[in-house]
Amino acid sequence: MDHPNHLLPLLVAVPLLGATLLVAGGRRLPRAVAETAGCAVSAATAGLAIFLVLQSSPPMVEWVGDWVPRDGVSVGIMLIGDGPGLGMAALASLLTLAALAYSWHYFDEPPRRHAGSFPALMLLFQGGMCGFAIAGDLFNAFVFFELMSVVAYALTGHRVEEARAVQGALTFGVVNSLGAYAMLMGIVLLYARTGELAMAQIGRRLDEGGPPDALVLAAFVLVLTGLLVKAAAVPFHFWLPDAHAVAPTPVCMLLSGVMVELGVYGTWRVYGDVFSGPGGIPAPDLERALIVLGALTAVVGAVLCWCQRHIKRLLAYSTVAHMGLFLIGIGVLKPEGDGGVALYILGHAGVKAALFACTGILLDRYGSVDEHALHGRARKLRGVAALFGAGALGLAGLPPFGTGLGKALTEEAAGPALTVLFVAVSTVTAGAVLRVGARVFLGLGPKPEEDPSYEPYETTGSGERPETRRRLKRVPDTMTAVPALLLAAALAVGVAPGFATVVDHSVSEAGSGGAFTSPHWTPAGVLLGLTSTLLAVGLAALAVTHRKGLPGEAWTGPLRRLQSGHIGDYVAWLLAGAALLGALALPGIVAG
Amino acid sequence: MSVLPYLVAVWVFLAGCYGLATSRNLIHAVGCLTVCQAATYVLLIAVGYRDGATAPVYSDIEPASRPVVDPVVQALALTDVVVGATVTALLLALVLQISKRHGTVDPDELSELRG
Repeated sequence: MDHPNHLLPLLVAVPLLGATLLVAGGRRLPRAVAETAGCAVSAATAGLAIFLVLQSSPPMVEWVGDWVPRDGVSVGIMLIGDGPGLGMAALASLLTLAALAYSWHYFDEPPRRHAGSFPALMLLFQGGMCGFAIAGDLFNAFVFFELMSVVAYALTGHRVEEARAVQGALTFGVVNSLGAYAMLMGIVLLYARTGELAMAQIGRRLDEGGPPDALVLAAFVLVLTGLLVKAAAVPFHFWLPDAHAVAPTPVCMLLSGVMVELGVYGTWRVYGDVFSGPGGIPAPDLERALIVLGALTAVVGAVLCWCQRHIKRLLAYSTVAHMGLFLIGIGVLKPEGDGGVALYILGHAGVKAALFACTGILLDRYGSVDEHALHGRARKLRGVAALFGAGALGLAGLPPFGTGLGKALTEEAAGPALTVLFVAVSTVTAGAVLRVGARVFLGLGPKPEEDPSYEPYETTGSGERPETRRRLKRVPDTMTAVPALLLAAALAVGVAPGFATVVDHSVSEAGSGGAFTSPHWTPAGVLLGLTSTLLAVGLAALAVTHRKGLPGEAWTGPLRRLQSGHIGDYVAWLLAGAALLGALALPGIVAG
Repeated sequence: MSVLPYLVAVWVFLAGCYGLATSRNLIHAVGCLTVCQAATYVLLIAVGYRDGATAPVYSDIEPASRPVVDPVVQALALTDVVVGATVTALLLALVLQISKRHGTVDPDELSELRG
């Protein structure tokens, strides 16, 4: 293939076409055919993304429909095929394939007589995510952002008979769309200033225009608000637990594994291409904004993760906590940090999707995702227990998981003070998951007490309906093979020789082009990974031996009360968050 | 070019946000979201406006004979309208389903998801 850049639009076109055909023919197709077709299309796209990512040095540029710039002025649609973009597209495609394989044959989805609808929605989701990952201009980034969001709302509320599912989907929809409109306002302001939509060109024009002013700051705050809503940064994060707790399990795998990470990716891309020059936002301001928001996100996510008994909600808060760590990783503005975050995201996607897959098995087998109600009931599921435990250790960053390598590299870039936060957050989130595993699969410790007179402010996770047609008697092989493969992939990210180097190289080539390093396991990194794993095991052991919960958990009441499930509250927090972002980025503009 | 259209866009956006934050009815909330989106239309069209210019349709005027407004933002606004229609339709369908399952469309009475 002489010009692989001409293949870039296919990353979006192939899944969209597959989805259209499935919708058109789904009524007449038997279920097995529709699902096989969905898997085949998503696998073909994944293969294409991997082929392209191998060709992505130097980065490719494609002007769709041959609308190339004339005299430096462009109105065409620009796609960028560089390592990080195509890497995210490949990750999204592979996870879609995993989710489709996981739901294969067993997942019971409405509408009943239309076998093609669920795979078609998954393919649309895949196409939207791939498009966002390779979009080179801001307006198309917005369009693909909305495409993936809208499909995600539909998938979250896919079980329309469930009261919680439709409520979570509506919250998700309103908050994310409001964020997207804020982002569009920012994009329009940038267009008004520069007359360009392609990110790199906007950056160049901003630099020609001299130091930043109030308009650039407003555009920055608005664009970042949209992306941080997607990335679930505190205080934009409220939609995420509500959506993840109610979405069908295969959809949770995609939402937690790659969709929210695309928000971090978008932040990294927009800052690097648009705002990093002298006409953009000064580096110390961005560093302050991202590290403050990231630290807040990590702490709030970890604390609330620990408090949950609804297992899916617990995993959702653990995603919030890890998003905070990713934001800190890109916020330190070092090439080593960016490379570390890329590896961390890859490892986290495998581990988190595997944990959701195991939780889905619990739901389909026992009809509950409540940690307390399931106490000791899953003793027979030894294989699933091993996978769940391995996933929890991976979440803690146990070497040689990819999460451990990514965490170690990011910690090294972030410095000692933030390293403490990284270790603490991995400890608490992994400890919570291990606590669930010990109680549910091993039946350790006393059964947590229920006081019927006292109604705590929480979502319990009982009364959830299984996602299969009838309760599973035995666990199907596909449902255990998928998490096993995902964990193996997360392990491979950490141990495959040369993989980390390739990732780091492609990230630094696409980003600031900083010094090229060769990332590897260091003794300090291994030690920190082992420390957080051991601390997590200790914390989980402490928790299961306490009948009434650990001392100090009562203090989290006010924090939990903020998560009210009320759309109006979440919108108010979004506005407050945008104001906070503006305040954090303001000092450099005033001084400059 | 006056600053008025920009102020209108900001005001419309904030009015929509205020409506969303204080809404007592989910259909009203989805309407407020479209108000927020209307602010993006105003902003897009305001950005492309030029004094004394006409519509960018070349069927009856000679190219370069007189100024036209920026056609790019108009294309963007059109795309934005399509996106908005999709979002609104889907969210209204979800509200309908909420009304069936919860028996209410008052966000204050939805208490299934919290903590």
